[in-house]
Amino acid sequence: MTVGWLTGLHRTLQTAVLATAVATAALVSAQDIAPAVAPTIASQAAPAAGTTAAAVAAVQESAVAQMSAQEDAIAGYTRMAPTPGIGQPVPQGWQLQQQFTPIGQEAAFLTDVILNPLIVGISLFVLGLMAWVSYRYRAAANPVPSRTTHNFTIEVVWTLVPAIILLFVAVPSFRLLANQYNPPKADVTIKVTGYQWYWGYEYPDYGGISFDALPLSKAEAAKEGVPYLLDTDNRVVVPAGKTVKMLITAADVLHSWAIPSFWVKMDAVPGKINETWFKVDRPGVYYGQCSELCGTRHGFMPITVEVLPEDKFNAWVRMKQRADGIEPTGPGIAVAPAISPTAVAAAVRAAVTPADAPQIVAPEARLQLPTPEAANMPAPVAAPAA
Amino acid sequence: MASTADQLVAHDDHAHDAHHDHGLSFTQRWFFSTNHKDIGTLYLIFAIFAGIIGGALSGFMRWELANPGMQVLPWFTDGNIDAAYHLWNVFITGHGLIMVFFMVMPALIGGFGNWFVPLMIGAPDMAFPRMNNISFWLTVTAFCLLGASMFVPGPPGFDGAGTGWTVYPPLSTSGHPGPAVDLAIFSLHLAGAASILGAINFITTIFNMRAPGMTLHKMPLFVWSVLVTAFLLLLSLPVLAGAITMLLTDRNFGTTFFDAAGGGDPVLYQHLFWFFGHPEVYIMILPAFGIASQIISTFARKPVFGYLGMAYAMVAIGFVGFIVWAHHMFTVGMSVNTKMYFTAATMIIAVPTGIKIFSWIATMWGGKLTFETPMLWALGFIFMFTVGGVTGIVLANGGIDTYMHDTYYVVAHFHYVLSLGAVFGLFAGFYYWFGKMWGRDYNEFLGKLHFWVFFIGVNVLFFPMHFLGADGMPRRIPDYPEAYHFWNQIASWGYAIMLAGMAVFFVNVFLSLFGGRKSAANPWGEGATTLEWTLSSPPPFHQFETLPDLTKVQQAR
Repeated sequence: MTVGWLTGLHRTLQTAVLATAVATAALVSAQDIAPAVAPTIASQAAPAAGTTAAAVAAVQESAVAQMSAQEDAIAGYTRMAPTPGIGQPVPQGWQLQQQFTPIGQEAAFLTDVILNPLIVGISLFVLGLMAWVSYRYRAAANPVPSRTTHNFTIEVVWTLVPAIILLFVAVPSFRLLANQYNPPKADVTIKVTGYQWYWGYEYPDYGGISFDALPLSKAEAAKEGVPYLLDTDNRVVVPAGKTVKMLITAADVLHSWAIPSFWVKMDAVPGKINETWFKVDRPGVYYGQCSELCGTRHGFMPITVEVLPEDKFNAWVRMKQRADGIEPTGPGIAVAPAISPTAVAAAVRAAVTPADAPQIVAPEARLQLPTPEAANMPAPVAAPAA
Repeated sequence: MASTADQLVAHDDHAHDAHHDHGLSFTQRWFFSTNHKDIGTLYLIFAIFAGIIGGALSGFMRWELANPGMQVLPWFTDGNIDAAYHLWNVFITGHGLIMVFFMVMPALIGGFGNWFVPLMIGAPDMAFPRMNNISFWLTVTAFCLLGASMFVPGPPGFDGAGTGWTVYPPLSTSGHPGPAVDLAIFSLHLAGAASILGAINFITTIFNMRAPGMTLHKMPLFVWSVLVTAFLLLLSLPVLAGAITMLLTDRNFGTTFFDAAGGGDPVLYQHLFWFFGHPEVYIMILPAFGIASQIISTFARKPVFGYLGMAYAMVAIGFVGFIVWAHHMFTVGMSVNTKMYFTAATMIIAVPTGIKIFSWIATMWGGKLTFETPMLWALGFIFMFTVGGVTGIVLANGGIDTYMHDTYYVVAHFHYVLSLGAVFGLFAGFYYWFGKMWGRDYNEFLGKLHFWVFFIGVNVLFFPMHFLGADGMPRRIPDYPEAYHFWNQIASWGYAIMLAGMAVFFVNVFLSLFGGRKSAANPWGEGATTLEWTLSSPPPFHQFETLPDLTKVQQAR
């Protein structure tokens, strides 16, 4: 209960802080994109910056409300807050992390429903036998030991029965292995490179967006309200419900790219490109850690995957492409922004309406202001967010 | 059978062979030793010494992991946090190598093997007594080299080899330009050479020096276990030697066996290492199997049930142990067919292992059981080994290992089979043969107290690691996300309990050595039928100058 309440508060505060940060950025970029509009925005926003703390808070609160209201209408990218207990270790946890891929669910079933009951059963059986034998044949109860040294039948039984049990285990085990190696056609491909001691990522489908992911410091993690030693400054953003192919290699020594809640772990080997895949339907933040000893800071190169709905993923791609100076390219990117003309109009109207000034601090506005290229493009076939 | 030991005493006429050492000086007796019992004693003392160091390393590791953040290791590095992270890697490397090569192997094979293989087969000594001596001193030299490696440069800026006991390249080549890894490699070379020489000695002794009538199928199971172990050593260690020699030339002479940039392959090293490494884990556990068999049979006052099945189960485990190595490498990127093969082959090991566990229980079945300290350790061994074994079945599945690989689940698994399996076997043997080796009885109360405190301690220490692994905690990290705090702290308390158990052990050893009752030739009575119990405690400096005759003995013991 307490945790949930705290987290809720935390997330609200965090969103507010982010909103302020991004608002400043939005002002700057708005000047680049729409010079005619910018003076108006600046004149509206400037007084707010000079008001009391209470006034600022009110503005931010309003901004947050506006953001959530327009979330569906305007796709954008802010770092998503992780859900406690999902995609990360559970405090005092003693079970497998909750699984979010088809492979993970199949494997967790094999572990939890088939293997664990089997091994607990075997252990208890052996323990029970030992306890009973120790009691029944203690010297006081059985003063004359038997001389039995062979029993052909029982020896055959305890050879064959384990073998048969293993045969039954082998069937789902092999099926799991086969399924792991039988991915659907990849929708997105990401290249991962392990370095001492961080991860580098590249999206070849999207004009080669690339970035490095370094761990957040303890202070940064605390400020953002994300788990220390698990979150990174840049996250691997992938679309929900799509098959993601990971091509994994390393530049210096061995590393291993792992996300427990996806049931994914693949070594990064210099000079070799390993492939693995996952498909996650639930948007969210999922964590992993380097899983092959790689030197001094082996424990400090976490892996963070953020799964976003496709439109938000596309918005993230466009943001990255703009930041990297890459021409918009890639599936769903080059054709048109996945946004309806009405939504664009609403965004523009919001941005230029003096009476509604707080709206302009919504970070999405920065991304969704129509560029000359976008304006000349044909209307999208489907308008998912309208 | 019960009368066999008494009959055989008549054959051991050692009236002319006093318990003296023919006037050897201290240096001659303990440094130039060629006597199998003296060398066995040296091995045991060395193993205890190395065990204290390896155990202390793990103590600092558990202390560091008791809470998130870096609290303990920075003390050693003047607060330099990166140096502390590297020191962590040096500690895990040192702990692993010391416990494997300088504690378990010297104790089980060098110590108990040297002491009791000749006694049990009715031989006066080992086949090559001088080679036996050099085996021991090479092991000591190897240990010194490993110790030295902790104090010379490893990776840029730091001292010591932080490669893990597996020494995977490229971390052990380009990642550690300093000489620390070279010293560690030399250490492994010498320890390996020592073990190969020892293995040759055991194989020759067992094949050629058995007393008349002691056929292979009458040999005590401990001797069988050492025989199988010796073959595993002989066949696997040269592969390790080759792999680390290639590592050495990659590091120093510009070869690129494991460097992709020159046409090599880092994964090749892993195949070579684990072709040695998997038999190596059976090398550590098989002698413990043998000890458990002797003890269960003694305290059940019954011959071992299914003797031939027990002996050939060890042979089968040894054989299969050579063809399952890549299950340590399920995440390196192998083809699906390779993974399926190694999954299937690995799971097959459960069959001979099951035969052994059920046969031990069947040996107890119908027996006249008493529960002296060695029996407690042997029973603890069976159950803890079972727990470690069943988690091995989980890990054997290549698909499951995707998740478990390099997590604490694996750490829990191999500590259950080694720290709770091999080490329990070790303590079982130590108490079982304490009176025979030193001529003094150990204190029964302290022995049992040691067992219970240690048993509780190691379970509190290692069982939570299953939970940490299931929750995804990676191995070999000095600091961890807050979520892993709870079980880590519990595990560290377990270490403290275990440490208290070890204190009881040392108190017991000192009290018993200096104040213990003089031990009888056979303190265990009718159940102890093997040849060492026909000799005085301790046995004469040279025994069986007249070989015992077992041609009339029908049954295996």
